[in-house]
Amino acid sequence: MGKIFKSETEVTWKDLDIGAIVTEPGSASQYQTGGWRSQRPIVDTNLCNKCGLCYIYCPEGCIEQGEDEYFQPNMYYCKGCGICATECPKKAITIVEEEA
Amino acid sequence: MAKRVGIEVSVAIGEVCKLINVDVVAAYPITPQTHIVEHLAELVADGELDASYIPVESEHSAMSACLGASAVGARAFTATAGQGLELMHEVLYVASSMRLPIVMTVANRPLSSPLSVWGDHSDAMAVRDTGWIQIFTENGQEVVDSVLCAFRIGEDSRVLLPVMVHLDGFHLTHMIEPIYIPEQSEVDKFLPPFNYPLPLDPERPLTMGAFGPPVIFPETKKAQEVNLRAAKKVVLECWDEFGKVFGRHYHPVEHYRSEGARVLLLTMGSFSETAAAAIDKMITDGKDVGLIRLRLWRPFPFEEIRQAVKDAEVLIVLDRAISFGGPGGPVCSEIRSALYGEDKRPKIISAVSGLGGRDISIAGFEEIVGRGIEVSQTGSEQEFEVFGVRE
Repeated sequence: MGKIFKSETEVTWKDLDIGAIVTEPGSASQYQTGGWRSQRPIVDTNLCNKCGLCYIYCPEGCIEQGEDEYFQPNMYYCKGCGICATECPKKAITIVEEEA
Repeated sequence: MAKRVGIEVSVAIGEVCKLINVDVVAAYPITPQTHIVEHLAELVADGELDASYIPVESEHSAMSACLGASAVGARAFTATAGQGLELMHEVLYVASSMRLPIVMTVANRPLSSPLSVWGDHSDAMAVRDTGWIQIFTENGQEVVDSVLCAFRIGEDSRVLLPVMVHLDGFHLTHMIEPIYIPEQSEVDKFLPPFNYPLPLDPERPLTMGAFGPPVIFPETKKAQEVNLRAAKKVVLECWDEFGKVFGRHYHPVEHYRSEGARVLLLTMGSFSETAAAAIDKMITDGKDVGLIRLRLWRPFPFEEIRQAVKDAEVLIVLDRAISFGGPGGPVCSEIRSALYGEDKRPKIISAVSGLGGRDISIAGFEEIVGRGIEVSQTGSEQEFEVFGVRE
């Protein structure tokens, strides 16, 4: 928000565009939803067959295929919902508690 | 030079919207607003007004369609009343928060039950805090003039806020009055083209009404509050300019024989004209009374109210709505708050009357003022008194 890009904790009410309109397309990608997470997915590449179902089911769209062709969640966005682990047909994804 | 014509106030609203050249009308009919939107529908159907008329399925949709229209930079107008205003309630906040200068006339009507289509201010009081600029009108001429000014104020780049013009159901909407309808050239000169600075446009993508987490939400609300308060300067400028061009002068607080009066009556809306006749009679009878009328409801005209009552000993505030179980009429509560910090202020008496279209006669106003003076001396066991009710 605002013409001057500041971190969200630095933006003042005067920096906002009228009606808090967001004028920078795609700026939602700056929002770190990974901070909401209380648990995280761990991918076991020994079990994964690279089918990509986790990539399809992830509601956050944050699972990416790496150069090694394995799928990995982007932890900047992953909210730890566990849908990938539930859907994985090879049980290759385990959900573990985040350490404090 | 504009001609003065005998015209129903609702029809006159349609006529001035035609001259303003609104782009979109989205409305759902509800008594006593119907004649306003019916006439606009006729004007569009007859090709006299080049606008999109959207016959929506509810008031919630009416206001939502106006949001969309305004967001692409179109001039949007709607009208509603009573329950219809309540049905669009949540969307009213969206319009002001997104800074979309929609103009709406509200044909004031009570809220059920019992069902009533006649006039009072219950609907208006329920939308007090929606962030709209709000104006209460006294007669048909003022309604027409206020609608024209509403577009100029709302669309001003320093304001960009929606504006409600309140007019009493039936007592104004259905009256045939002599009204000066401005000439097209006068309207074109007075009202610049609408140029929304950040319209929805595929060439320049943007997001309106985005998610506002705790880290940003309070900043958005502070900006909104500062903006609405600052709009008063533009309201005053607009009315000043309107007076110069059209010769009819409007102020946030209107005065009628109030100079130096010991006892003041404060009213809003069309009943102020009967109140003025009652004040005339009371002055003739030797009473030291005067009338003030609150015209600008939001942003609230603190300085003007303080100035208007500073020399009075008693201020009787008439509300046409009840705040059930509360401290008084809603207008009176605000007046009390506005004056509480003043070293010198009148005794403030809350009177409720004229609910659901019940007339207040000249004698009725005399009773309200007489009892108000009495209560100012003796006090009352009640926070407020309701007048014109059979005991």
